[in-house]
Amino acid sequence: MGYHWHWGIYFDKIKGGEETYLSWLITGFGWTVAVSLCSWIIALVLGGLIGTVRTTPLRWAARLANAWVELFRNIPLLVQFFLWFFVVPELLPEKLSLWVKQEMPAKEFVTATVCLGLFTSARIAEQVRAGILSLPRGQRLAGLAMGLTLPQTYRHVLLPMACRIILPPLTSEFMNVFKNSSVAFAIGVLELTFQARQMQEDSEQGIETYLAVTVLYFICAFAANRVMSWIEKRTRVPGYITTAK
Amino acid sequence: MGQFDYTVLKPSLPFIWTGLKFSVTLTLIAMSGGIVIGTLLALARLSSLKPLYTGAMLYVDLMRSIPLVMVILWFFLVIPLIIGKPVGAEYSAIITFTAFEAAYYSEIMRAGIQSVSKGQAMAGYALGMTYGQTMRLVVLPQAFRNMIPVLLTQTIILFQDTSLVYAIGAKDLLKAADIAGKNYNRPVEMYLFSAVIYFAICFTLSTFVKRLHKRIAVLR
Repeated sequence: MGYHWHWGIYFDKIKGGEETYLSWLITGFGWTVAVSLCSWIIALVLGGLIGTVRTTPLRWAARLANAWVELFRNIPLLVQFFLWFFVVPELLPEKLSLWVKQEMPAKEFVTATVCLGLFTSARIAEQVRAGILSLPRGQRLAGLAMGLTLPQTYRHVLLPMACRIILPPLTSEFMNVFKNSSVAFAIGVLELTFQARQMQEDSEQGIETYLAVTVLYFICAFAANRVMSWIEKRTRVPGYITTAK
Repeated sequence: MGQFDYTVLKPSLPFIWTGLKFSVTLTLIAMSGGIVIGTLLALARLSSLKPLYTGAMLYVDLMRSIPLVMVILWFFLVIPLIIGKPVGAEYSAIITFTAFEAAYYSEIMRAGIQSVSKGQAMAGYALGMTYGQTMRLVVLPQAFRNMIPVLLTQTIILFQDTSLVYAIGAKDLLKAADIAGKNYNRPVEMYLFSAVIYFAICFTLSTFVKRLHKRIAVLR
């Protein structure tokens, strides 16, 4: 194995520049976290809404929501990134299209966030629907029988329980967002994977580079996991949903 | 860019077809290899031998916590270093996906094995079968049958994930569309076209899996 090890590479200056490779990695980490968290917020709001709609008696809305989920689940994420980056601007009205292509600030970041947010929203919608459907039918009926309107039943009876039930799958979805954000390198977001490829080419210290990036992804996944389990603990209803610990 | 021009689709079809064939080949090889290795990993994880158990657990957890793109880049970097000569992006992709998917399939097979009631294995042992015979003839066939819908769903995800070989430049469906788009200067049409193909295949398969799931559920 003719590999030349050089563990000090992180503190070396990049070729023809003043920055160190470490600063590239830190920038990458920052973008990864930014894209992931922003898309997570979009995904939670939209996914919660769409998942809820799919369980209501509104037939047309449920159909629309189903179509939404199928659309986002059956196209590879990378293809979706390309669609949002290259195709969607072409479909907009001419003035807006020109603005998006030329003037929109942080174009790559915005596109990546919207794309990853909508992609994840479809997956969350699926979880939310499953969560609501897993509740005993009596809960909905009891709410309605007590004179609550349908929205009130959802607000005060169904959703609070469903949200707690789906926390474990949401945890892995939250970790997935960080993993999936790596695909955004393809449209030029300066996140970790982009930096990994750039640093590998520039420094030719592939193993050291990928190792650092992998560790940073680990940290993201671990932090995501901890945050969610903290929420799970805080929101637990005493005597209702028991976890192993 | 103005109006869409769909006339570029026809001359690029042979090219796209080659790409699609690679995507499907990669999916099928990674699926078969992944299920075989995954089953072995699942057995290792359920075994009472500590080193086997720990090794399998570490491998599965490691693969599942790294983004696939990084795994693809890792293998593309490390395989040539280990075997001492460069490998093509296509071969690298096949090895990567088999190794990566094995981790996901192993979790499914583990659930499958655990879904078979304990009495079945005990009955096997009571009949004088060895561990290997019990697993091969009694437990695994049932585990596999119970998990067919989930295994297929994972395969659909695998098919979508193969598009990520873009990172190392292997010529799959998406890369073919990408190149064709650049050749004819019509990237928008080509990306849309590839999205339609992916959607058609995945939607058809997932509808089929849903039906299968219902039928198997009734059978049990």
